[in-house]
Amino acid sequence: MPEWARTHSWELLLGAILLATVLYNATNSPVYLDVDNFVNLFRLSIEKVIVAVAMTFVIINGEIDLSVASVMAFSACVLASAHQAGVPFPLAIALALFAAAAAGFVQGLVVARTGISSLVVTLAGLIGFRGAARILLEDRSIGDFPDWFGSLGRDDFLGPMPVALVLFLVMLVVGGVVLHRSAFGRKVFVIGSNAEVARYSGIAVARVKLTIFTMSGLVAGIAGVFFAARLGSVRANIGEGFELDIITMVLLGGVSIFGGTGSMVGVALAIGIVLNLRNGLGLANVEPNTQTGVIGALLIASVLAQNLLDRLPLRRRAAAEA
Amino acid sequence: MTGALWIRPERIKELSLLGVIVLAVVVFGFLVDDYYSGRFFNRVTTSVAITAVLAVAQTLVIVTRNIDLSVGSIVGVTAYLTGEFAAAHHDASPVLAIAIAVGLGAGLGAVNGLIVAYGRVPAIIVTLGTLAIYRSWLVSHAEAKTITADSLPSWVVDLPTRTLVSVGGLDVRVVVAVVVAVVVVLQLALARLRWGRRLYAVGSNPEAAAQSGLPTRRLVLSAFVGCGALSGLAGFLFLARFGTITVVAGGGLELDSVAAAVVGGVSVLGGSGTLVGAVLGAVLIDLLDQSLVRVPQVNEFWRDAILGGLILAAVVADVVVGRRFRRRWSAEARPHTRLDDEAGAGGAPPGGGSAGGGDTAGGGDAGGEDETPALVATDPGGDATDA
Repeated sequence: MPEWARTHSWELLLGAILLATVLYNATNSPVYLDVDNFVNLFRLSIEKVIVAVAMTFVIINGEIDLSVASVMAFSACVLASAHQAGVPFPLAIALALFAAAAAGFVQGLVVARTGISSLVVTLAGLIGFRGAARILLEDRSIGDFPDWFGSLGRDDFLGPMPVALVLFLVMLVVGGVVLHRSAFGRKVFVIGSNAEVARYSGIAVARVKLTIFTMSGLVAGIAGVFFAARLGSVRANIGEGFELDIITMVLLGGVSIFGGTGSMVGVALAIGIVLNLRNGLGLANVEPNTQTGVIGALLIASVLAQNLLDRLPLRRRAAAEA
Repeated sequence: MTGALWIRPERIKELSLLGVIVLAVVVFGFLVDDYYSGRFFNRVTTSVAITAVLAVAQTLVIVTRNIDLSVGSIVGVTAYLTGEFAAAHHDASPVLAIAIAVGLGAGLGAVNGLIVAYGRVPAIIVTLGTLAIYRSWLVSHAEAKTITADSLPSWVVDLPTRTLVSVGGLDVRVVVAVVVAVVVVLQLALARLRWGRRLYAVGSNPEAAAQSGLPTRRLVLSAFVGCGALSGLAGFLFLARFGTITVVAGGGLELDSVAAAVVGGVSVLGGSGTLVGAVLGAVLIDLLDQSLVRVPQVNEFWRDAILGGLILAAVVADVVVGRRFRRRWSAEARPHTRLDDEAGAGGAPPGGGSAGGGDTAGGGDAGGEDETPALVATDPGGDATDA
């Protein structure tokens, strides 16, 4: 096995699964290879995949952010209630994004300052920011957004792609470059593999964590605004449970839950797999719920397979030589 | 445990939590008319019964430095299937129905545990997966049918209102008594039995536990099986309490159970926390849940925001106050119980809970029963070789 294939075995595995999914879908459904179908499959999950890019940074950094779906709803609710209160719409969007970034900042501050596990802090955030959304909107549903905002979620922007999809692709590329080709990205990896060592090496661990959590909040806020645009109206319970789908995509992408390893390419492939699998199963009339089960099984199986592969003597020797 | 040392960090957490609960009851007593009524007591206790069992279940797993996100789905599956069974066999004995629920839950927990312990897949990944798998199996099995209360035998439907004893107008429900008994027995097992101490040892420092010859895989498996069995029991209680079971029953309970455990002082880094604490956490959360609805000044929509703030306050207070207190406590402690402090410190400074240093002999001694190292020595355990 060449060196490249050995270090990227996970991406190869994911690529093979993706290829198999695409081929299977293409032979089973005539409409599958349609460009509209491809755009549509992204359109329906665009909020999740946008957040997955930021979540990749969080998990590689050795943390987790369970609050993203709640922050998403929170920012959408801030937008809606500001709009209802007569705030000019662009300002309302700015307020929503600021609120989301602040939500991320506060959680990041607690994690970085006290050293409390981010699982706990963002669990509190998951419940608390959903609560903030409920306080804002109670059980009302707020719509009546300006027309241009609605078309932001629906209409094509670049070729057949809506704005959110273009933004996602840009974020994916920029995120990949920052993660793998910048000093900040290196710090994210180093902290994720060993925060103590990173601290003693003079890396400002707290600042990096704070930045990442603030970004995670901001990105969740952006996703929340796009969600509001796509739905046309906002309720406090939108996006409930999204955090699990988002984390599944990132972990399936080969990002270690313990931090320190993973790649943006892997996450991109995993997003492709999850969306194509859902789409293909949907076209084959498999219920959405069963699709979720299949993806859950895939998540476990992929890590299990990797573990079993690692036990093969051949791989072990190769690793020892490397 | 002599002199000033009888107060351990866990005790402090439990006592302060108890204080917060009493405070909450007093404050709500001023805000809500007719707050101290027998009916309200019953409502809270029967509702706590389910959350408490789940908090205890989750604690068993968290103590070993794992997590089980599938408990909500296990509750849903067991509640539905047990309901189906009870509806089809009206003359079957209650014991059999409960055994089915518990056994089913244990089986589902075993699946989690086997993949975690023997497949070496991180618990959060496994249970995130089974959260989806168990639920989607239930949905396809149920085919949009709902278990309804009138299809169930009367003993199931009547169970939540059955009273064991009445003390001065306050009824102690059978369900509540059973849950209390389960919690007490498990707490004793966790604190006194070799099995319990070893769970703490594994969570406190997995490598050290394995090096000391503990069968770490079997221990982790046993924690997941226990968690599943208790979730099955909670599933049965869920069935009895609500009677109507849809395919989404129990959804979201996994986060409630983690929240209760965390508020109860259980460290998600493993190796520290008690079942009593987790139960108190569940009591506090449910108390707020049931009380806030009745306070005229705030409305029900405040519930989640307050709960989120509460969790954050609990853990931050634990770190800020606890760290200071434990330092003092450890300075006074006898030398050979010094390691208790490290295990109890959870998210404490370098070398504390998370880093889990290299002290092979004593690093696994989580809760500080003096005899634990001896147990390790006398029973090298069969699984040491396959670690």
